[in-house]
Amino acid sequence: MRKMFMTAALGAALAAGPALAELVVPDLSYRTGPYGANGIPFSDGYQDYFTLVNERDGGVGGEKIRIAECETGYNTEKGVECYEATKDEGSLVYQPLSTGITYQLIPKTAADGIPMHTMGYGRTSAKNGAVFRNVFNYPANYWDGASHAITHILNENDGDISGRKIALVYHNSAYGKEPIRTLEELAKKHGFELMLLPVDHPGQEQKSQWLQIRREKPDNVIMWGWGVMNQVAIQEAVNIRYPMDQFIGIWWSGSENDVKAAGDGADGYKALTFHNLGDDYPLYDDMRKYVVDAGKAAGAGDQVGSVLYNRGMYAAMLAVEAIKTAQELAGTSNITSEQMRDGMEALEITEAKMAALGLPAFGPEFKVTCENHGGDGYGAVSQWDAAAGEYKLITDYYQSDQEVIGKLVAEDSAAYAEENGITPGCD
Amino acid sequence: MFYREAGDFKTSYAEDNQTFPIKFDRYRYYAVLAVAFLVIPFIVNDYWLNAVLLPFLIYAIAAIGLNILTGYCGQVSLGTGGFMAVGAYACYKLMTAFPDISILIHVVLAGGITAAVGVLFGLPSLRIKGFYLAVATLAAQFFLVWLFNRVPWFYNYSASGQISAPERTVFGVPVTGAETSAWAVYLVCLVFLTASALIARNLTRGMAGRKWMAIRDMDIAAEIIGVDPLRAKLSAFAVSSFFIGVSGALFFAVYLGAVEVGEAFGINKSFLVLFMVIIGGLGSIFGSFAGAAFLVLLPVLLKNLLVGSLGWPTDVAAHLELIIVGALIVVFLVAEPHGLAQLWRVAKEKLRLWPFPH
Repeated sequence: MRKMFMTAALGAALAAGPALAELVVPDLSYRTGPYGANGIPFSDGYQDYFTLVNERDGGVGGEKIRIAECETGYNTEKGVECYEATKDEGSLVYQPLSTGITYQLIPKTAADGIPMHTMGYGRTSAKNGAVFRNVFNYPANYWDGASHAITHILNENDGDISGRKIALVYHNSAYGKEPIRTLEELAKKHGFELMLLPVDHPGQEQKSQWLQIRREKPDNVIMWGWGVMNQVAIQEAVNIRYPMDQFIGIWWSGSENDVKAAGDGADGYKALTFHNLGDDYPLYDDMRKYVVDAGKAAGAGDQVGSVLYNRGMYAAMLAVEAIKTAQELAGTSNITSEQMRDGMEALEITEAKMAALGLPAFGPEFKVTCENHGGDGYGAVSQWDAAAGEYKLITDYYQSDQEVIGKLVAEDSAAYAEENGITPGCD
Repeated sequence: MFYREAGDFKTSYAEDNQTFPIKFDRYRYYAVLAVAFLVIPFIVNDYWLNAVLLPFLIYAIAAIGLNILTGYCGQVSLGTGGFMAVGAYACYKLMTAFPDISILIHVVLAGGITAAVGVLFGLPSLRIKGFYLAVATLAAQFFLVWLFNRVPWFYNYSASGQISAPERTVFGVPVTGAETSAWAVYLVCLVFLTASALIARNLTRGMAGRKWMAIRDMDIAAEIIGVDPLRAKLSAFAVSSFFIGVSGALFFAVYLGAVEVGEAFGINKSFLVLFMVIIGGLGSIFGSFAGAAFLVLLPVLLKNLLVGSLGWPTDVAAHLELIIVGALIVVFLVAEPHGLAQLWRVAKEKLRLWPFPH
């Protein structure tokens, strides 16, 4: 009886759907749970950019964009539920900001013909678009990140790191395990010793890992962390007085939330990035005028200009550019998810385009093709300045070791194609 | 008016001993089965399947399993998540090692493997009881999750440490992988749930179940009247783990398709299934269904109500959802410690007298 009532109420709640006359972009966000501190700024930036485009330009090609937000809590079951709940609304592109959910959605999106953009996360070998037709991970991926970190250490040590001991502190999940294979290859190539230190979800307990670091004194520590794990790791590193300038985090371990808790001790901590930092861009004037000051900002509106906000905004910017490309290709403004996929595959980001958008030199230039869904693997290193309270870029953008990564991508995507009976091809 | 035995004559012991001796109850049961098998497959869509029906069906199997162990045999277990992981990984290894054998057989075999593992971890129950056993099964939970994360053989040396289900078919219709259709997946899980419930119900009514309940109520007295605690406890662990293993295998292969052990089968899962059993009602098969339905449906319902209909921000809704579900659990435990099954029993008693409660 109770169940019947609930089912009836549920049906009623579901039936009330909005009318469809716009471009729908789902936002599988997480504003709660142990990863919420990182999920909030990304989602705010993502939504604010679309709001800006709606408010300032009246949408893309005359079509307004509607955000369908759904809370996943970084949980794969809820992620699947969110996907099913939003996909029939005409969703154009998914960006789940979770490697675990990405793995769930790769086969589902392929079956439903909806593209997915996993910017700097997800399954790295999705770079090979001949196998992963619907998945895009431009402009950079985890294996690029692993190579960026090693290259940076190489550059710091005059090109010789043989015999050095490098530790990887990683989230013990699909996300954290992604770089291991690349790092093992690079260890062979450059002759350093790799030490693996897994941290279990959610990462609040890392005493034993950092005790081991204190005992074995690795020359460098690389971190693949997310959410509360980042804060704890940086705090522990400060506690054991690990030299912060030898500690490099992936781009997901490089937001203000992660270092602020550790205070001045975190000064000098390094993190990778594939886009620029700060809010010194013409676009932010528009953002303040049309979105923040107009009271239309997502969330609390206090994240503008933070690292992850910029990244969410960058993801939205790339999505909007892909929509524009798709509209040109399809010759219609009201595009479908299949046309969106084609648009993403034909996307080209140039310096002129970014400057016109008010984001000069914000990220690398790249061109997506069917064979390469992952960009060219450019990234830079930023360093935390505790006194100024901001990250600063300390290197130029440089390319990852394409020789090593290209081989690994080909291997891994071929294995996936074989497992799942996919014939690689670009039509 | 309802549930009236008057005029409902039984002329054989078999009739008298059937699961639903009251005619009205029996017809209601047939009606539920008919709707589940003949109506829902034709109207189910992807959203209903993945958000509501699949989790309900699969958690109900797990809840039945745990209910046998905790509700009927009185052995508290916090290792459900770990045992579900055993089922999932066993199913994955079997699926990839023997691709030509039907997935249905693999799911059953995965249950069998989980039963063996369950018996192994059930051995301490012969010496320790109550909270101490709960701690021992908690150790099983952590050990199993650690094992599946640590040993690459279990996930076929994949780079990410994830296991993902390749496409497998039943009578030519895909039920795992990406190209599944909602009705086929639904029917597979429904068949497993129906079979599990039938087996569990009949086991608990028979000698095995009586032995379990004797052990639960007082193990020394049970031993004195001739119940062998070794066999009773270990059989409870085996049967319970079998169902939990089946649910774990379905959870991985049919529902999620790709699984990361720490996230999908962590300690939270153990607590979730335990809550289902407690809220539904310990020692009741119907309670397992009610508990699973309650904990699967309520969050989805609240989310749709708060975000979909009222348009609240998603984070406020997510926090409220936790508060409301938590408060409801407390309220339920205070108001009706024996769970939803007891509410249902009381309602039936009332209905029997209605409209003349003298």
